[in-house]
Order: sequence, then C-alpha cells, then structure tokens
Amino acid sequence: MSELTDLYQEVILDHGKRPRNFGPLEGATATAEGLNPLCGDHLVLQVKVADGKVQEARFTGTGCAISRASASVMTGLVKGKTAAEVEAMFQVFHALVTEGPGARPDLEALGKLAVFGGVHEFPTRVKCASLAWHTLRSALQGGATASTE
Amino acid sequence: MTTAAPTAPARPAPFDAAARRADFPALDQQVYGKPLVYLDSAATTQKPRAVIDAISRFYERDNANVHRGVHALSERATRAFEGARATVARFLNADRREVIFVRGATEAVNLVAQSFGRLRVGAGDEIVVTTLEHHSNIVPWQLLAEAVGARVVPAPVDDGGDLDLAALDRLLGPRARLLAVTQVSNALGTVTPLPAIIALARARGIPVLVDGAQGAPHLGVDVRALGADFYAFSGHKLYGPTGIGVLWGKREHLEAMPPWQGGGDMIRSVTFEKSTWNDLPYKFEAGTPDIAGAVGLAAALDYVNAIGLPAIAASEAALLREAEAALRSIPGVRLIGTPRHRAGVLSFMVGDIHPHDLATIVDRQGVAIRAGHHCAQPLMQRFGLPATARASFALYSTPADVEALVRALHAAIKVFA
Repeated sequence: MSELTDLYQEVILDHGKRPRNFGPLEGATATAEGLNPLCGDHLVLQVKVADGKVQEARFTGTGCAISRASASVMTGLVKGKTAAEVEAMFQVFHALVTEGPGARPDLEALGKLAVFGGVHEFPTRVKCASLAWHTLRSALQGGATASTE
Repeated sequence: MTTAAPTAPARPAPFDAAARRADFPALDQQVYGKPLVYLDSAATTQKPRAVIDAISRFYERDNANVHRGVHALSERATRAFEGARATVARFLNADRREVIFVRGATEAVNLVAQSFGRLRVGAGDEIVVTTLEHHSNIVPWQLLAEAVGARVVPAPVDDGGDLDLAALDRLLGPRARLLAVTQVSNALGTVTPLPAIIALARARGIPVLVDGAQGAPHLGVDVRALGADFYAFSGHKLYGPTGIGVLWGKREHLEAMPPWQGGGDMIRSVTFEKSTWNDLPYKFEAGTPDIAGAVGLAAALDYVNAIGLPAIAASEAALLREAEAALRSIPGVRLIGTPRHRAGVLSFMVGDIHPHDLATIVDRQGVAIRAGHHCAQPLMQRFGLPATARASFALYSTPADVEALVRALHAAIKVFA
C-alpha cells in the first residue's frame, strides 16, 4: 500500500475533492481545452495574462483525483509567473512524474509540486497528472486543444 | 439465446470454474505481491494451455504458407488452416464458404461497410445503429456515410440500458439500408433481443449485421437460426489469440460483394487488363492470413466446446448474479445499466471516486478491472458519465474473484473516505 499512499497523498486527495481555482474565469485572455482520449478526462483551462505574467488561472471539467489535483495545484502555482517561468516549472514537474523525485536533485525547485512524487510509480497515471500542464502550455502558446495522445 | 445447437442438452452439466483455472497459465501469478484476480475478460480473455500449445505446435512442426506449395508442410498448414475454418463453421452452424478470417470483429465490420455498404448505401440513405454500440460498430459506418453521403442514425436505450424497440421500429424507415447491432453491450452487459430486432428489420427487407464480439463468448450463436445477414466476432475474446476473428455472411451477399482488399490468394487470374476473383471465402482473404491465429482460434473453440457453452453460460450467469448482489451491498456503489438480460459485464461507480482512481487502487490489490469509456462514448454520454468501472467475467471467474473485488473496493473507499 505504500506506493498507493505515495500517489494518493493527503494534499492530492484534498485538492481532488475540493479543487482550488475551479470554475470559469471572467476576463480570460486565453482558453484551451485538454482531452485525455484514453479515459475521457476533459478540462477547460482559462488564463488572464497581463504585463507578461499569468494574473489568474482557473479550470473546469471532469477528471480523476490526480488530474483535478494537478490542475488545482498548478493554477495556484503559476499566478504571477511569466510564460518562461511556467515552462521551467513544467519541465521540473514532467521530470518528477516520469522519473520520480530522484530525477530532481534540486528538490527545492519542486515546492508544492513535490506531492506528485508518487506518480512515476504509476506509468498509466502520468497522463492524468500532466493533462492540466499540457493544456496550460497550449493556452499560453495560443493553442486551442491539448491532447495527451 | 444460448448456442441453440440442435444437439445441445436442455440442462447443461455443471462444471467447476475453479478447477478450470489451472488450464490458464496467466491466471497463476501474483501482481504487486497479491494473487492476480483477472476481471477484464471483456477486453480480452486469458488463453488456455491448449491454445498456447496449438500455436506453438503449428510453428514448431507445420509452419508453411497456405494454398500455395505442393510440399508436405504447406499441405499440413493448409489442412490446419482449413480445418480451423471448419471448426468455426460448426461453432456458428454455418457453411465453411461463408466463414471469412479477418483480424477481428473490427475488421469484419469494416469489410462489410466498405464492400456491402458501398453496394447498398447511397446518398440520403440511413444506416441504423444503436446507442449500445462499441466504436467499432459506429465509426466504420460513419466512414461509409461520409463517403457516400448517407447518415448514421442511433437507436436509443432506456435508463436501464435496454434498447427502445419501439423507437428502433420507427427508425427503420424507408431510407434505412442497414441495421448494425450488438449481441451484448461491452460496456453495460445488455443482451439485446436479437430475434425481435432482426424480425423488425427483415419485415422491411433491411439487412442486419450483428456484432458478436461480446456475445459469442457468453451466448454463442447459431447463424442459421438467428436470421441476420452478417455476424462478426473476435478470437481473443473467446480464449483464442489476438489478431484473428471471423466474419460470417450470407452466401448470396458474399457472392455479390466486391473484394475489399486486393492481393495474393483472393484472385483467380491476374492480367494487367483484368483480374478475376477467387471463390468464397478466399475472395475476401487477400495476402497470407494469420494461419497460426486460425489454428489457435480452433483450439479455443474446441476447448469451449469440450466444456459446453451452455454450462459456461449457466456458471457465468450465476456468478454475475452473485457479483451484482455483492456490489449492491457496498454503500455508495451504483450499477450503471440494469438490463433485463445481462452477460459478462458489470459497470459501476463507487460514490464520487473517479473510475480511474478506483482501477489504480484495486490494481494494487491484484484486481484487474477496466476503467474508462469502454470505446462506447455515445453510450457514456447517454448516461451522463465520462467513464465507468467495469468488472467482466469469463468461464474461469469464481466467487473468490468477486470477494477479492469487494475487498479491493472497500480499500478504495477507505483511501477516499
């Protein structure tokens, strides 16, 4: 059960059940849709970008605990960040969920993302954790739809 | 709607599912330190030793191409391949010339859509399907409809997951050229009332294709008694290997249909001016077929016949009732689909736990279930769900499997409490 408790940490369960930044965003400057065709997860991510920084990010949609928690944590973390900073965070996150915490010796760079350290033990769930990030990158790059496939 | 073979006994002899597990090597293992509980047989069944050995034996002793060489191995391979066709024909109660080997039910439906469909369906016509269908019995028809300017029309299901026959009756209108319907829903387990459905279509002269991918392993089929025009099934859902399946079609249709793929084996003669086609069934079998796959499928049918499909069906039905009651006794469990007749499958939700989270947690208890849309997105939309959890059963499933599932679901509920 230890790997399971690594995956479903309290923080993830909490964010999965009571996602932060959930709901439509008034005055969004960009919107993107994320789809995981494998499981039918679907989220719409909206951001308000001003002065070169993400002022706010919110999401709606349906998904598993992992994908909701990921979207919930991410939308909180990216506030006040530039697109380049968001991209750097994504790279850290991606290494974490595909290779595990060992892949990031600079653990402090993970910050709140560290709660996703158990995902790498569950290769089929990496896409769940990544969906929100792919969708956010798509929104920031002016895309409309991100897919995990 | 069991096999209805004329010689089948009215009361099947009971058989011991637990004892049969020893025939399936893959079942005898641990995952994550727990004994494997395989409840994903609707996706693919495990294979009995007899099937694995038949395939190995073919490659070790008889391997050669079929219908070509005059040498000993080619003769043996041809005999094995055509013997497999005869075994399938007996399973279906069909003429062997009406048995076409394909990759699986999906390819069978595509074959009918692209060959028979293009012959029969034109601009403004309608192809009637049902909301229960797997994507493989929807998308091939959409491709055809797009190509010829026709429409795919879905017949609705009620809240229990049964087909609305009155609505289907209305949809089989003057522009309907074909009805494609499943024997058993892979997502809900609904057994469709095929005799009534086929009668409706036949009364209007509308040909019917039956997707037997889920039905064949649990109910079998007698294509002569059924009265449909086409029947498709996959070997790998019937204890056989992947990559082999069967399209059965009425001979008059198959004779009239153009080939859908060209190549070796399907021709009588080839010149650059004109080629002529081989006889049935070879007209639809271009290229070297999956010979070992056909041999493996025949071994699977022999295995099933030795037990008897009626006995298997009775055992599975009893276990399904037990599993349904066990799931209902868990607080928060909601069954999706409560059809009048059910085979093979239970779809469910547990509280507000997403099926993917559920499947991950029970997997770590050794229990393999499916989570997702089951390649039936329109059906999921009908029930307003992005996904369900699905436990599916086969002849080797036992009450101990159900108990393990229940324990694993309780563990999942604890995680999300």
